[in-house]
Amino acid sequence: MRYLPLTDNDRQAMLAAIGVASIEDLFADVPAAARLEAPLDLPDHAGEMEVERAIAGLAARNLSPATAPSFLGAGAYRHHLPATVDYLIQRGEFLTSYTPYQPEVSQGTLQYLFEFQTQVALLTAMDVANASMYDGASACAEAVMMARRITGRNKVVLSGGLHPHYRETAATFARYSNAEFAAAPPDVEGVEDLGAMIDGETACVVVQNPAFFGHLGDLAPLAARCAESGAVMIVAVTEVVSLGAVRPPGEMGADIVVAEGQSLGNPLGFGGPYVGLLATRDKHVRQMPGRIVGETTDVDGRRGWVLTLSTREQHIRRDKATSNICTNSGLCALAFTVHLALLGSAGLKRLAAINHSVAVRAADVLGAVPGVEVLNDTFFNEFTLRLSKPAGAVADKLAQRGVLGGVPVSRFYPRESELANLLLVAVSETNSEADIAAFAGALEALL
Amino acid sequence: MSEMKFSDEHEWIRLDGDIGTVGITDYAQEQLGDVVYVELPEIGKQVKSGDEMAVVESVKAASEVYAPVSGEVTEVNETLSDAPETVNADALGAGWFVKIRLGDPSELDKLMDEAAYSAFTAGLG
Repeated sequence: MRYLPLTDNDRQAMLAAIGVASIEDLFADVPAAARLEAPLDLPDHAGEMEVERAIAGLAARNLSPATAPSFLGAGAYRHHLPATVDYLIQRGEFLTSYTPYQPEVSQGTLQYLFEFQTQVALLTAMDVANASMYDGASACAEAVMMARRITGRNKVVLSGGLHPHYRETAATFARYSNAEFAAAPPDVEGVEDLGAMIDGETACVVVQNPAFFGHLGDLAPLAARCAESGAVMIVAVTEVVSLGAVRPPGEMGADIVVAEGQSLGNPLGFGGPYVGLLATRDKHVRQMPGRIVGETTDVDGRRGWVLTLSTREQHIRRDKATSNICTNSGLCALAFTVHLALLGSAGLKRLAAINHSVAVRAADVLGAVPGVEVLNDTFFNEFTLRLSKPAGAVADKLAQRGVLGGVPVSRFYPRESELANLLLVAVSETNSEADIAAFAGALEALL
Repeated sequence: MSEMKFSDEHEWIRLDGDIGTVGITDYAQEQLGDVVYVELPEIGKQVKSGDEMAVVESVKAASEVYAPVSGEVTEVNETLSDAPETVNADALGAGWFVKIRLGDPSELDKLMDEAAYSAFTAGLG
């Protein structure tokens, strides 16, 4: 389609046709206080080269995790993406295809989604996974609604180790329902016991492992406590690479596992698009949201794929659907699947081991800086530091020194003054010894 | 056992003492096609006439099954969870859904007899 702006004559003709003198007259009903007095102060048009130069100049003012030593995490993690991932997902058959509305003609799409589901089920040690959600936080919110359908109860218990964004998203999804949320206070030390918050009215308990502050835990006792009360245990994982090293939630009694899959195959990308993982037990599959691809055979006995259990879904079940999600994060799920297939089981374990060992090294070096205390006894690749000064200001000053030195907890808990000095530090295989030294050196100079 | 009565939502009920056995009609199973899943209520659940009581899923659609009378669910047909196709094979017999202890037997008078239901479905084209 060509874009040709209107001429003044075009505008005059249209205004004359509807009987007003100027475009301004169309807005006469909008109170003056709500209107601009003068046109927006935008620069005049410019040529392509000028625009490129201007935008590149703006971009250069960013401090990017791709170039600076970066220890940013808190739910989004930088990992090395093999070039193969981008090459494969950019094949036209994958890149331009939307969620299949006539699914069975899109066997290639269904096949990779089936592979994705298989990988997710294996990673989480659950029976069944769907074809992906939009991100970890919305997958978590969907899991809460799913648990309420399973139990017919409304009380939702949230761990203080759950990512604050996940907590807020769950509350937003449930805002116009009769869900009652009970959120435990921020679990900085990784010592909370949710047992007393669970009773016969509890629909679900949502915990995160590794937790927001980095701690790892054995969730089996909590699972037993949930089972005793008939509550559903939902486990959220924000760093999916951890599943290469940490006991999967399915082996600790989780009923539903949700995860952010960004770490595999997907760049930080300013926060999205990401890919949510959701897996559960066979017995709950009909309460699961989202699309599910199933394997079958065609009339000639050949292996093929179909969308299955679609009667849960909005296009068939209307207002009784399990969810209003009618699609998935197709391309991000593909990137996840390609990356994980390239790694394989042994590769994922090795990647997880490298992440952990680099993180241990970073914790040792940073913990030796005067004014820094490492709060974690356990962690995977992210831990919490308590600094001798407010972490927000320190992080700003670290950035001025060219180091993206973690995420201040105050970004998520601005009003909790007791958390002001806490800094979340994520480490991955992308961090070199020089990165760690630069971070420690800058921190030492600032504290 | 009393004669079978029919609702305009295509459920049937047959009374034995104060217990009514409820299922979906042959016309309903034929319209649905191959039934692949049946979701049944919990035993002890109190239902009112017209309440959604169960869900039947076929390869084509998912439909609510409504309680044709008010009362308490005393039994559900567990065999349907493993063999939902029973609904297609024998809708008026082995494919029953639930048994309800009737609160008010006079509600049966509002339902159709077999002849009236046949005329009703014939009118649906």
